Formats: sequence, C-alpha cells, structure tokens
Amino acid sequence: MNTAENVATEAVNGTKVRSEQGSKPLDSDFETVGEVRVPNARMTATDVNVYYGDKHAIIDVNLDIGKNQVIAMIGPSGCGKSTFLRCLNRMNDTIDICRVTGEIKLDDQDIYDRKLDVVPLRAQVGMVFQKPNPFPKSIYDNIAYGPRIHGLVASRAELDEIVENSLAKAGLWDEVKDRLDQPGTGLSGGQQQRLCIARTIAVEPEVILMDEPCSALDPIATAKIEELIDELRENYTIAIVTHSMQQAARVSQRTAYFHLGNLVEVGETTQIFTNPRHKLTEDYITGRFG
Amino acid sequence: MQFSVLILVLLGVMAVAFHVGRRRSFATVGGPTGVRKLHSLPAYYGFYTALWAGLPALLIAGVWVFFDGTVITAMVVEAMPAEMRDLPPAQLGLLVNDITNLANGNIVSGEVTPAMQSAADHLNELRALGGTALAVVALSIALGAGSLAWRAIGPKMRARNRVEWIVSGLLIACSLIAILTTIGIVLSVLFESFRFFQKIPFTDFLFGLEWSPQVALREDQVGASGAFGAVPLFAGTLLISFIALLVAVPIGLMSAIYLADYAGPRLRSYAKPVLEVLAGVPTVVYGFFAALTLAPAIRQAGEFMGLSVSSESALAAGLVMGIMIIPFVSSLSDDVINAVPQSLRDAAYALGATRSETIRQVVLPAALPGIMGGILLAASRAIGETMIVVMAAGLSANLTANPLDSVTTVTVQIVTLLVGDQEFDSAKTLAAFALGLVLFVVTLGLNIVALHIVRKYREQYE
Repeated sequence: MNTAENVATEAVNGTKVRSEQGSKPLDSDFETVGEVRVPNARMTATDVNVYYGDKHAIIDVNLDIGKNQVIAMIGPSGCGKSTFLRCLNRMNDTIDICRVTGEIKLDDQDIYDRKLDVVPLRAQVGMVFQKPNPFPKSIYDNIAYGPRIHGLVASRAELDEIVENSLAKAGLWDEVKDRLDQPGTGLSGGQQQRLCIARTIAVEPEVILMDEPCSALDPIATAKIEELIDELRENYTIAIVTHSMQQAARVSQRTAYFHLGNLVEVGETTQIFTNPRHKLTEDYITGRFG
Repeated sequence: MQFSVLILVLLGVMAVAFHVGRRRSFATVGGPTGVRKLHSLPAYYGFYTALWAGLPALLIAGVWVFFDGTVITAMVVEAMPAEMRDLPPAQLGLLVNDITNLANGNIVSGEVTPAMQSAADHLNELRALGGTALAVVALSIALGAGSLAWRAIGPKMRARNRVEWIVSGLLIACSLIAILTTIGIVLSVLFESFRFFQKIPFTDFLFGLEWSPQVALREDQVGASGAFGAVPLFAGTLLISFIALLVAVPIGLMSAIYLADYAGPRLRSYAKPVLEVLAGVPTVVYGFFAALTLAPAIRQAGEFMGLSVSSESALAAGLVMGIMIIPFVSSLSDDVINAVPQSLRDAAYALGATRSETIRQVVLPAALPGIMGGILLAASRAIGETMIVVMAAGLSANLTANPLDSVTTVTVQIVTLLVGDQEFDSAKTLAAFALGLVLFVVTLGLNIVALHIVRKYREQYE
C-alpha cells in the first residue's frame, strides 16, 4: 500500500543518508540530550523501538507530549519522526511489516496493550496527513463521518451543530457555509487541509497528530494552518512533524530533533533554535546538512 | 511460376536489397569509418532499399491475385461458343464451375463435351500465362524500385525518417484491418437484418410475444406458423443473465473486497490468478457441467421439495454462467478497490473507523463507478454467452419468469437457426441476423457505457 511504501522508502533512505554522510551511526547506547519528560504529560513514550522488517527505524525513544502544547518533531528525511508520530495512534498497524516495542501511554493507559481496542484510541488521538485527503463525499459528510461512526450524535440538529463548530474552529466555516453539499474534493488544497483538520476535531480528540500538514500547500494556506494550530492548542494537545524549521519555531513550544532513528535532543523551542546543545542539532538547524 | 514461389523470391530480393543498400551507404561515405557522416544508421539505408524493393511488388501481386480469377473467367466465357455464352446466368455459373473443376482435374457434374474441354484447356493456358506475367511484372517492379532507392542513397538522405514513415503506415494498415473487419461484420448483419425486416415488420419482431420461426413450405403444414416475436427470447436472455449476475455480483464483489483489503500479499498473489482461471475455462466445459451435473441436481432437489422442474432450466444455466463471470466482476472490482488511494483509508482509520466501516463507507463508495463498470462488462458477457445456454437452458421459447422452466435465449436461437442447411431467402434464416443485430447493439451499448465509466473513474485519482 502507498503509505507502507512511503514510510518504508523513507526508512531505506535513512540508511542512505547514513552511508553518504559517513557520520558515526548512533546506537542504542545513545542518550537523548535535554528534558524528555514534562510535568503535565498527555502522552508518554518509553523505550520505543520500531522495526520495518529487518530495518530498525526508531531506537529507544523516550518522549513526553505535553498537555495543551504543540511539540514539533524535526530532522532529516528518514530520521523516523513520521514513524514515531504514527506510533502514537497506532497507524503503523496498517503496515504489515512494522513492529513496535516499548510502551506508549495516553493518560496512564498503555496504547499497545493487547486488550486495548484501537478504534476508540484513534478517536482520542486524531491525525492529519501530509497530503489533504478529504473523502469523495460532500463537505458536510466529510465532517459528519467521524461523529456518525462513533454514534456521538442523536439528532440531525446536533450533527449540524458539530459540523458548524468544527468548520468554524478550523477557520473554514465562512468559506464553505453556502456549499456544504458540494464535494470536499472540489476545494483548494489549503481549504482541503483545513477540512481534514475540521474532520479530525469533529470527533473531539484529545491529541492531534499532524504529519507535515503544510508540505503540499502554498505559503498563504500554510500561514492559515499555522495560525489555526496555534488556536487549537488551547483545547488540544498537538504533535506536528515538519520539514520547515521556521514552521517549528513559529508554532511549537517544544521541539524534538530526530536523527537516524534516535531522538537526539528535546527542549523548549526557543532553546533548541537559539542554543542547541548537541552538535547534530546545531548542524541541522544551521543548515549544514539535512 | 507459382504464387508462393514468387513471394519467396520477392523476400529473397528484399534481403539482397537490404545488404546492397547498407553496403552502398558505407560506400558513399568512404567505408565504416565515415558512418558518422551519414544522416541515419546504415541499417536504415538497408531497410529503405529493401522496403522499396519489396512493398510495391507485393502490393501489385496482391491486387493481381485478387482480381485475376474474375478476369480469367471473363476471358474464358468470352472465348466460348455462342450457344454456351448465351445461357441464363444461373446455368452459365454452373457451366463455369464445371469448367473450373475440369481444369483443376476434379470431378465434373455432367458429361464432358469437347467445347467444355477446350474451354478448360483455354482456362489453364490463361492461368499459366497470367502466372508468368505476374512474376515478370512483380520482379521487374521489385528490381526497378529497389535500384531507384539504391541510387538515391547518400549521406544527406534521411533514410530513418522515411523508413519510420513507412513503418507507421504499416501499423496504421494493421489497425485498419481490425476496424474494417468489425465494420464489415456490422454491415453484413445490418443488410441481412434489413432483408428480414422487409419480410417481417420491425415492430412484430421487437414486440411480438410468440417465437416460432418455422415457416410453412406447404399450405397445410402443421406447426409452422412462422411467428417472429422476439420478446420470449429477450425475456429468457434477461432471466438467465439476471440469475447469473445474482450469483456473480455478490460473490465476485466480496471476494474482491477480501483480496484487496483483507488478504495478505502472499495469499493475494496466488488467489487472484486462480480466480482468474475461472475465466479461462472453455464455456463448453461449463456447459456440460451445467447440463449433466447441475441441471439434474436441481431437478432432484426440486422434486424433493415437490416442485416441478424441467430438466433444462434457466436456473441451471444462470447459476453456471454466474460462476463463469465471477472473475469479470472480482478482477475488475479488485483493481478499482486497489486504486482507491491508501490516504483515504488512512483518513478513515485515523478517525477511528473500523476496517469494515472504512470499506463500506469510504472505499466502496469511492470505487463504486469502477465496480459498476465491471458489472456491466460482466452483464454484456452474460448476454452474449452461448454455449452454456445451448446445453443447459433448452430450446423452447417460453415467456416465463419462472427460473425452473426451460427458456431460450437470443444466442441459442441464432445457433439453432443457422445450424444445418440454410435458405437465404427465408425469413427463418434471416431472423438470425436480426437477432444478432439486436444482441450486437445491446452488448455494444453496455460495453461502451461500462468502459466510459471505468475510464472516467480511473482518471479521478491519477
């Protein structure tokens, strides 16, 4: 499947980066620089390892996702940041060859517990993807899909309200309120991505994962999404993967730098960008490679 | 010279021309070292010479062979004694036939008269003369055109472009053959149907409720009413196709869903080809399975439940035909389900949709147009299917909706009307063409709609 291939290719690209740069491979003895734990953690990852077949994609990552915070994950292609993000709502389950070890907790509940059902988990931890992927349905049905399958609404009026609220929160209501019955795929790229965000928040998740949400958008649409992320922080916990360091600096409070499967450094965003403590982080944010 | 020998000789000339042309291209630039001064690669000069040497001569030979029979016959008739020449056309045709047989050394219908013998000898002479003339003409054209092409070779000549132009012409000609054949078939069906509709009114054929194509040869003949109402045939065809789709659509669609979204890649790589083998089983094999295994089984089951089932039933034919078209539905549906982007599935999963919710509410709606296309293709296949229904559905044109009765279909009637000796001035024989025309129009329409839907859908995600 597409995503499996993409992630797998990224994983393979990771090995390529390693050999090309000749930098010393990081291993399991590596110690993350900075404070991986926060006092008000919403999600807690402990000793997470991810394998794609034989390829070790993520090595012993420990990281907290703080409540009502935006955490940005940056790093060169193939460093494992997307893979880590997809672990947080078990989207990696859809990839056959993927294997995850370690422990990830959402509010003290281990999400990789065998007894845990993945369906309510994904309702709690929503995800926005790199490319806008609205369903080929009407704008209204795109938003209403989640609440419907989870039985969150009893009446049409209630559903109308959820749709309006979600679209309003995503800053899209004014643009689409007169054409809710038109297909979501007919919107512009930036509108589609905001539709996807609205669709995600319609099921009232606690955590929103965003995998490079602006990489397919133009600068104006990007600015709107960034503004939106900042507003959403009030009510949601957000983890965002991005290739743009400016974006990480603009929207996030904490930043985590991944490198070839290791979490190299975590810290306050201002500290990471002004005063990185690890050499690799410094090299990356000053543009020496990546 | 024999025609086949002539063709071989022409091919030999082409081979020689290739070498000569290639050699000359080297010679014009002073040996192999000067190849870069040539406009094209040396082989193109060879092909150019060979094509000029071969194609015009082959074309002339083809045209000649096509027409020489007619021309020679006309000349023989011209040379015959007046009393033979002035026979009515039908008898003259028989006579010419006899003369041709005599010339070929075959058996002749009547007694051989000296006049016929001399005409046959004349025919043989003309044939020999024609063969020699053709050989001379063809070979001289081959050599002439070849040497002209050979002389034109030079470093500036754009041999590659010319050869490619000729090759593209050949490709067009080949595709034209396929298209023209189709058009020819359509026209022949159309003209014969037209003759049929001159005898039987169009509306009687299309809306008549009784099908009994025996035309009375005598006034007092029993059981030969000559009714050509095709509605029972359409109804039978639709009934059987409907049963077949009732079998094929659920099974095919669900196996496609299983293959596309549940089965692992290993299982899929084995299961899909195996399923497609169903499409490769000859329909006659399905036919005797239906007639010898399934139909008796259905009749026994029916008797057990106190129903009267005829030994050839629409149900038996429909069920087996359904099995046959499963691969059409499953294979095409599997393709379109796979073409639904993974990102859509991810979007549904990320909202907490289960696998079956994702498939029912996201994947299937997105794939629906393509699936419809697959079903329509399967339907047009079912309507046109012949062998299974000939063997399992029966021949009696009952107008019934009871699947346990025997019914007959358009294709079965075409087969029965055209098997055996034909008289082409009888409505009975011509009815087959009218039925064929209807069948053709229906399946063509279904195919066009289906392909249009499938294509439109494919573009959506590319």
